[in-house]
Amino acid sequence: MKIIVCAKQVPDTNEVKIDPVKGTLIRDGVPSILNPDDANALEAALDLKDRYPGSTVSVISMGPPQANYMLRETLALGADEAILLSARAFGGADTCATSTTIAAGIRKLGGYDIIFAGRQAIDGDTAQVGPQTAQRLGIPSVTYVQKIREIKEGSVIVERQLETGYEIVEVQTPCLLTCVKELNTPRYMSVVGIENAYKAEITTWNEVDVNLKPEDCGLKASPTQILRSFAPPPKGKGEILSGSVREMAQSLVAKLNEQHVI
Amino acid sequence: MVFSEKHELIRKLARDFAETELTKEILDTIEETAEYPTELLAKMGKAGFFGIKTPREYGGQGSDYISYVIVLEELGRVSAVTDIWVSAPNSLGGGPLMLSGTPEQLEKYLKPVATGEKIMAFALTEPDAGSDAGGTKTTAVKDGDYYVLNGRKTFITTAPVADWAIVYARTDLSQTKSSRGISAFIVDMKLEGVSCGKAEHKMGIIGCPTSDIILEDVRVHKDDMLGEENRGFQNAMKTLDIGRIGVAAMSIGVAQGALDEAVKYAKERKQFGQRIADFQAIGFMIADMATKLQAAKELVYRAAQLKDANSSDAGVAASMAKLYATEICNEIAGKAVQIHGGYGYIKEYKVERIYRDCRVFTIFEGTSQVQQLVISNALLKK
Repeated sequence: MKIIVCAKQVPDTNEVKIDPVKGTLIRDGVPSILNPDDANALEAALDLKDRYPGSTVSVISMGPPQANYMLRETLALGADEAILLSARAFGGADTCATSTTIAAGIRKLGGYDIIFAGRQAIDGDTAQVGPQTAQRLGIPSVTYVQKIREIKEGSVIVERQLETGYEIVEVQTPCLLTCVKELNTPRYMSVVGIENAYKAEITTWNEVDVNLKPEDCGLKASPTQILRSFAPPPKGKGEILSGSVREMAQSLVAKLNEQHVI
Repeated sequence: MVFSEKHELIRKLARDFAETELTKEILDTIEETAEYPTELLAKMGKAGFFGIKTPREYGGQGSDYISYVIVLEELGRVSAVTDIWVSAPNSLGGGPLMLSGTPEQLEKYLKPVATGEKIMAFALTEPDAGSDAGGTKTTAVKDGDYYVLNGRKTFITTAPVADWAIVYARTDLSQTKSSRGISAFIVDMKLEGVSCGKAEHKMGIIGCPTSDIILEDVRVHKDDMLGEENRGFQNAMKTLDIGRIGVAAMSIGVAQGALDEAVKYAKERKQFGQRIADFQAIGFMIADMATKLQAAKELVYRAAQLKDANSSDAGVAASMAKLYATEICNEIAGKAVQIHGGYGYIKEYKVERIYRDCRVFTIFEGTSQVQQLVISNALLKK
């Protein structure tokens, strides 16, 4: 089985603060990590590799050269190869241009059975790149995969997480699955894995390598326009009513009336 | 020291492991039951923590001393006893084998030790031979293809649970009080005549048992002699020479844990209407703790770096690192308890355990005074 994992290096949002004036993320000094959902995607791939000997896991990412560090981590965890799509032309991409680029990279890799991606990245929170990539490749995708029930010849059966339960979906391969954290617990790296990761080569491809024209990628191919970004205003202090239930209900109705809510 | 990306990733591995696996509940249970969970040991084995610098062909990870130091530092920050479990196979268990083992011995003994399948104890100390290891009284008398061992070893880490032990015994009985005439043996703990004393009730490092090993007419095959006959003392000293980097590394980790707790508590605790962190007396105490800790870290990293470069200065550097790091670890732990006030004396608070755990650091694997001896001899007896 040939498995591809889409991964992204993201700022650790637990450590990120928002600039109150500009409304943008303060990224200075914030550590970059493997996007958490992508770690679940990689674990799903590595688990299949363990269960189906002879399988290979390739990790692909688009990002600046620093993303190599995250790719080394995926190699240390057990991926067989890592590819970084990195070029000036890819800069400023929205999800639309990103998925075009990643799909081009995957096309170049070719011959895959399953592509795993994280549900969404913790910096953008769009959850769009996975399904869009599948669309570009002309393959089916299932989002929010919480369990892989069965791998069959030519298809997989998965559980797709819903708000109130899950649905069971059988999907033909090749396909793309986006993973939620309930799918698995990512393994640890090992010391020898890290040693090997730093002996391995990471392949870097630019737009020419993946047969894209500069106008098809990056900012030029991004329809998204950001007019303004802002942090929602902090909520004011709540008010706690006191008295008997009757008194509190009366006072609540009065206040809601006063504010023309009801 | 500025670390390479590879070593940063090693730190990430050890830190993630420590923060995820070594939870307060687990550490409290270890403290109460004095038993270390075997599942946890298995997980550490899988992460490669038991054979960090052991060659790959013998089941190890083929990494270096810097990696070893980083792993001990990060795990020790959360749990000192975990560090003992990790350092044992890397250092005192695997060390003597790596120094003197034949290819057959390495295959048979080092491999399972590096993966964590088997436990190897290091049995040098005796009731009357501590810092003065030349005073070893345990004897090994040749009898055909065997050596017959008799004697008592004491304070042996992991002895009650060990599969094997490296035992140092006197083979040249004409030398009764010198370091000459001592040989090293790999002793199967299941051999007839081998028994362990009861596990000691220790002040700290609860969860890794320590006991005596008693040898009564134990017949050890000559194939299990480690290194040359009568050259065992050198093997032991070289093992300890390297081993002390490990204790130094534990110390900077444990001290970091104490400092973290002190900083956290100083910001939370209010007295006289303000955070105690806002009193200069506390602030300056913390400044000194952090500065000394950083100095200790640099000594430890340097010793590891010299060892990785096979420098002849590595031994003295390791002694300096152990001397300073273990002493300031105790100082920092003491100050952390002081900052916690009465709460620091209560077992619910992490610093109480840290304070007890680190007390042994200035004692085992060469006391502070032995380190001073090593350092001063290097300067004065050249």
